[in-house]
Amino acid sequence: MATTAQAAPRAPAPHDGPAPPRRLPVPPLVAALSVVLLGSLLCGIGLGSSGVSWSQVVRYLGAGLTGGTIRPDEVAPYTIVWELRFPRAVLAAVVGAGLSAVGVAVQALVRNALADPFVLGISSGAAVGANAVLLFGALGALGVWALSVSAFVSALLAMALVYAAARTAHGLTPLRLVLTGTAMYYGFSAITTLMVFTADRGEAARSAMMWLLGSLSGAGWGSVPIAAAAVLAALAHLLLSAGRLNALAMGDETAAALGIDAERLRRELFVVAAAVTGAVVAVSGAIGFVGLMVPHVTRMLVGADHRRVLAVAPLLGAVLLVWVDLLSRVVLAPVELPVGVVTAVIGVPCFVLLMRRRGYTFGGGA
Amino acid sequence: MRIDITDLSVEVAGHRLVHDIALKAASGRLVGLVGPNGSGKSTLLRCVYRALRPAAGTVRLDGTDLHAMDAREGARLLAALPQEASTEFDFTVAEVVAMGRLPHQRGTGRASAADTEICARALARVGADHLAGRGFLSLSGGEKQRVLIARALAQEPKVLVLDEPTNHLDIAQQLEVLALVRDSRLTVLTALHDLNLAAVHCDELYVIAGGRIVASGAPHDVLTPGLLAEVFGVRAHRVRHPESGAVQLLFDRLAPAGAQAEAPADGAPVTAPTAP
Repeated sequence: MATTAQAAPRAPAPHDGPAPPRRLPVPPLVAALSVVLLGSLLCGIGLGSSGVSWSQVVRYLGAGLTGGTIRPDEVAPYTIVWELRFPRAVLAAVVGAGLSAVGVAVQALVRNALADPFVLGISSGAAVGANAVLLFGALGALGVWALSVSAFVSALLAMALVYAAARTAHGLTPLRLVLTGTAMYYGFSAITTLMVFTADRGEAARSAMMWLLGSLSGAGWGSVPIAAAAVLAALAHLLLSAGRLNALAMGDETAAALGIDAERLRRELFVVAAAVTGAVVAVSGAIGFVGLMVPHVTRMLVGADHRRVLAVAPLLGAVLLVWVDLLSRVVLAPVELPVGVVTAVIGVPCFVLLMRRRGYTFGGGA
Repeated sequence: MRIDITDLSVEVAGHRLVHDIALKAASGRLVGLVGPNGSGKSTLLRCVYRALRPAAGTVRLDGTDLHAMDAREGARLLAALPQEASTEFDFTVAEVVAMGRLPHQRGTGRASAADTEICARALARVGADHLAGRGFLSLSGGEKQRVLIARALAQEPKVLVLDEPTNHLDIAQQLEVLALVRDSRLTVLTALHDLNLAAVHCDELYVIAGGRIVASGAPHDVLTPGLLAEVFGVRAHRVRHPESGAVQLLFDRLAPAGAQAEAPADGAPVTAPTAP
C-alpha cells in the first residue's frame, strides 16, 4: 500500500447527485402555452353534451364578438355557447391561473414547496360562508350574489383570523403560519361538516358537497370580471416581486442581507393570496390540487426562478383547468363531476410520473 | 469602507442579547468575532446586516447610520453570508448569484447585460464558473459557500459580513473560504468558531461573551490563556506557528471554574486584554 501522500490537484469533486437541471426556454414555452390556451378555450366552448356543431359555434362566437345577428330558432344553442360555455371556459382559465399563481406565492411565503392555498385555511373559511348560503339561505337579500359575496367575505375573515393567531412580535413566521392555517382548516371543515350534517334538505347538501369539491357550473359572465381583475392584479404584483420572492425563498436572513424586508413582503403575499383565493373560491368552490401541483410541474420544466415560474405557471394552470372543467361536464353527462375529483384523477398520476422521471429536488435531497 | 459600531444593544423577543457593543473595523481590514456558543455573535452580526434592528446604538459605514439608510442602498454597501443557507427551492447556481444584483435593480429585477457580466465575474473570482448551470442544492458544503461568496461579490459591496462561514467544511474548504474572503479586499467582519483559524487570518479579533465585548486587539494580544480560561472555560497553551509566527493554541482540558491565567508555553509576553 502506497503511503506517500500525493498532493492531488483540487479538481471539482465528482457528484452522484442529480444531473444538471434541464430547463426549457421560457419565451417559446409561454408562446406555445398561449396558443394551447386559446385552442383549449375553443374546445371548452365547442365541446359539450348538447350537440352544437363546430360551424354553429364559430358563427355564434363571431356573432357575439362582432354584434352580428342570428336566426330566432338559434337562440337556444346560441345561449348555450355564448351565455354558458364561453364564460365558463373563460372562468376556468381565470381560476386555474389564479390558483396556480397563488400556489407559487404561498409556497414562497411559507418557504415550503408542499404548501398550497388551502394550507392557510382561507379556502375552508370561504367554504363556511358558502355553505351558510347554500344550506340555510343566509344573506338571502343579496339574491344570486349571496354565494359569491359570502364566500369572499368569509375568506377575508378567515385570513384575518389566521393572521391574528399566527402573528408574533417578530411578525409572521412560516412555520406558525402553516400550523395555524392547518389548525384553522380543520376547524372550518368541522363547521362545514356540521352544517351539511344538520341540514335537512338533501339537494342542498348535495350542492354543498359539490361546492366543497369545486365546480364551475354556476359560471356566467357576471362572475368573470371580479375574479379576472383580482387574478390579473395579483399576477402583475407577483411578477413585479419575482426577484424579491427568489430572495425570500432563500430565507429571511438572506433577504435582509439583500435589502429586502422579508416581514413586509410576507404580509403582502399573505394579503394577495387571501384576496385571490377569496375571489376565486367565491366563483368556483374549493378546487384542490391545482395550487399545489401546477407550481411544481412548472418548476420541473423551467426551474425555480420566480420570474420564470410566474410566467409559465398561470398559463399551465389555465390550460389544465379548462380541460378539467370540460371533462367534468362531458364524461358522465348529463351528470357533472366535481372538478376536484377530475384534478385528482389527472393530476396525481401525472405528478408522480414527472417527479420520478426528472431529477427534481424538493429540497433536503428528497 | 470603515465600520463603526457604537453602544449597540440588540433585543430579540424582549430579551436584550447584546449589550453596549463598541467595534471598529478600518477599511480593508479582516476583523474576527469569536466567543462561545450563545455569546451573541450571530445576534450582533444579524443586526449589522439588518436582519434585526438595534434597540440602542448605531452601526455606521464611513460615518453614515446603516439602519437609517434605505434597505436597498444599505445592501449595495454591505453584503452578508448568513448562517442559514437552506432553501426548499432548486435554484441554479447562476440564479443564486444573480440574487446579488437585486439591490441594484428595479421592477421585476430583469438582469441587464451588465448584471450578467458582473455575476459571471463574481463566479469566476471564486473559481466556480464551471458550476453555473448546476442546481444549488446538489452542491457540496464548500461549493455552496463559494457560490454564496460569489453572490455577495455580485452585490458589489464595500463591506462583507459572514456568520461562521467555515462551519461544516473540511479543512481545505475552510482555508479556501478564508482565502477568498481575504482576497476580496473588502472590509470584513466575520464570526469564527475556530480560534486557530481566527488567529492566523484575522487582522483584529473581538471576543464576545454574555453579549458584551470582553477583549479586542491583535490576535496575539487577545488570545491569552487567561482569556481562554475565563471566556471559553478551557486551558490552553500558546505556541508560535513555525512558519508564519502567528500565535496558535493547543488545548489541554477544561479549565476549573474561575481559573486564572497560566504562563504561556512559549514565554511570549501576554498583553492584558482591553477592558470591556
